[in-house]
Amino acid sequence: MAEQGPVSTSKSMGAPGALSGVLIAAAMLSFLALYVAARTYSGTMQLHMVLIVAFCYAAMWWLPANASKLPAQVNADGTPNYNEKIVRYGVFASAFWGVVGFLVGLYIALQLAFPALNLDLPFTSFGRLRPLHTSAVIFAFGGNILLMTSFYVVQRTSRARLAGNIAPWFVFWGYQLFIVLAATGYVFGVTQSKEYAEPEWYVDLWLTAVWVTYLLVFLATLWKRTEPHIYVANWFYLAFIVTIAMLHLGNNMAVPISLTSPHSVIVWSGVQDAMIQWWYGHNAVGFFLTAGFLAIMYYFIPKQANRPVYSYRLSIIHFWAITFLYIWAGPHHLHFTALPDWAQTLGMTFSIMLWMPSWGGMINGLMTLSGAWDKLRTDPVLRMMFVSVAFYGMSTFEGPVMSIKAVNSLSHYNDWTIGHVHSGALGWVGFISFGALYCITPWLYRRKSLYSLRLVEWHFWIATMGIVLYMVSMWFAGITQGLMWRAYDTLGYLQYSFGETVEVLLPYYIIRATGGGLFVIGSLLMAYNLYMTARTAPAARRREAAASSAAAVPAE
Amino acid sequence: MRFSHAVLEKNSIILLIGILLTVAVGGLVEIVPLFLIKTTIERVEGMRPYTPLELAGRQVYLREGCYNCHSQMIRALRSEVDRYGHYSLAAESMYDHPFQWGSKRTGPDLARVGGKYSDEWHQVHMKNPRNVVPESIMPGYSFLAEKKLETREIKDLVATHQFVGVPYDEAMVEQAVKDLFAQANPDSDYDGLLERYGEVNVRDFDGNPEKLTELDALIAYLQMLGTLVDTDVYGLEAKRQH
Repeated sequence: MAEQGPVSTSKSMGAPGALSGVLIAAAMLSFLALYVAARTYSGTMQLHMVLIVAFCYAAMWWLPANASKLPAQVNADGTPNYNEKIVRYGVFASAFWGVVGFLVGLYIALQLAFPALNLDLPFTSFGRLRPLHTSAVIFAFGGNILLMTSFYVVQRTSRARLAGNIAPWFVFWGYQLFIVLAATGYVFGVTQSKEYAEPEWYVDLWLTAVWVTYLLVFLATLWKRTEPHIYVANWFYLAFIVTIAMLHLGNNMAVPISLTSPHSVIVWSGVQDAMIQWWYGHNAVGFFLTAGFLAIMYYFIPKQANRPVYSYRLSIIHFWAITFLYIWAGPHHLHFTALPDWAQTLGMTFSIMLWMPSWGGMINGLMTLSGAWDKLRTDPVLRMMFVSVAFYGMSTFEGPVMSIKAVNSLSHYNDWTIGHVHSGALGWVGFISFGALYCITPWLYRRKSLYSLRLVEWHFWIATMGIVLYMVSMWFAGITQGLMWRAYDTLGYLQYSFGETVEVLLPYYIIRATGGGLFVIGSLLMAYNLYMTARTAPAARRREAAASSAAAVPAE
Repeated sequence: MRFSHAVLEKNSIILLIGILLTVAVGGLVEIVPLFLIKTTIERVEGMRPYTPLELAGRQVYLREGCYNCHSQMIRALRSEVDRYGHYSLAAESMYDHPFQWGSKRTGPDLARVGGKYSDEWHQVHMKNPRNVVPESIMPGYSFLAEKKLETREIKDLVATHQFVGVPYDEAMVEQAVKDLFAQANPDSDYDGLLERYGEVNVRDFDGNPEKLTELDALIAYLQMLGTLVDTDVYGLEAKRQH
């Protein structure tokens, strides 16, 4: 859109106004947080308020010097001046939180095999660390991957610089603060005990502010686009952002006990709360871990394979089908419970239907490699993303099977579900994220390729082996325990005590932890590889600069 | 005029509205009727709000993340009814904000654990589960017996539950702290507590009369789980195996 001239003048007018508004908001928030910190009896809430105050002061100290002038929208040569710095920060945050989240997962996996590792301390017991693991991998790792890639993709596919000057940075740092508040809260026992939505009311409010800003930055970037069409990846990002906002608000409706208490009471109760929780919980899978990562698939696979998306028509159909159908699937978490039958049956029916659009997405991703199949042999990064889509296909087949009530009566409440979740989380979300990180790091640092493709090979095979060990051991554990729970002896009594069904799991838990350990090793290799890719870039640039200046000498 | 998808692809606001409408349907159809259809929660006798001590125990249960490993939802399956008792009724969790049905049974279901074991068993079990269940993989919670129960928030907690619809009356809110202490002290005057809540376990739950601890509250909570509704009245005879 040809308004570069006027934009540059309004920029210089707008910047100080926006900046002072932000500074006033930060000052006011810091006063409020100081008040709460002074009044609350809870040490954890005090810590959280101090962190919020520190965040506000950091903003007030940093912004005047660094955000008073708006950066140029276009470079001297007319290309958009993309905001890549925030994407680089996102790469670092994703890799960091990924490793942290995987390590906590490994630790709690070991706790299940060796309960002494709980240390009998409040802060290190499984009950507090498990939410730390799930939130760290879903929201800290997955969330940063989504922020980072969406900021990159929306700029590139819109051919426009990311909208806003302060706003995107508020999203990035505000989100990191959310992670820290949530994580420390769990460890110190501040939780509202809703799975995957454990943060308490004030952390939820903070996330709401961050998320609305995120939506606005994303939309405003779309409005600046110089491409007539919104690219398919951005449909998925948009669906992810708005649906998560809806779910977050619906599921976290809570009344704080008081302004100075970290605790709140959820307005929903019992059966309605169960339904709302799994409406949220299953669609955290559907829109956070699926729609958002399908967006990654739609940008990075075509880009890395250098082929167009297989079918435009299929992408339309499966986008709307997934958006419509996923929301209904929640009740399959509540089969045979006190949730009314009609809701259970609806949930099952839609979960089975969901198989089709899921595989529509898989086919669209896999077939994008048409004409470039040979690259699977030569490009380990592309192979990683390809296998991730295969895992997506596998777990979106397993999911509908498990949502059938007869199957669910066996699989529910045991490790089959854990295995299912991890084939999706490690295989699909993990591998597509690793693929995106491997693609984007050399692009951002202007490197011809990664530091080491051999390390990517190692990462791929070690992690794949880890996932297979994880999945298979959890199938065995889950089906074994599920069958033992329902086994009757010849006299018509239950054959096994609960304890016996726990004892039998030990070998599987050890194999699972081994698989998880391999996955962690893979992620460490990746972190090293990404670091070396980024770090060696300046040296390479120096060499290039030296070469060009040397070349310039004879011409004189 | 033929509809073209390009309209959505060229206008972010129309796309946004389209997405919102599409994702709203499923939730509305599945959630709203649960508030409107009266039979969703069956009418049963015996349900009462948690006493302040039980509520405080429930807060400990939430804080420690017990729901990560224990369900409170017995499914309507023969093997579950045989193991745990009558399948859970929707009414039994209608005062649970939030619900604690759980999603995983690393340990057994607790929906009807109340009265199944003695207080002494719970005291030993919480200190080190392997002292009474050798194959258990549950963490030890020895610190609960040491930690003094925080009571300064209990009145606000009861009042907030009242605000979101749990039928606490004004006296229950006003007397919350008194009732909390009374329930853990059989030597105190607990007539008011019984008058307000009906049948309630009154005893020193943690075996340490010197101090009101988090273990007192937690055991008080566990010992009443699933005991309020007489399930024999409502059909299925629950066979219990221990």
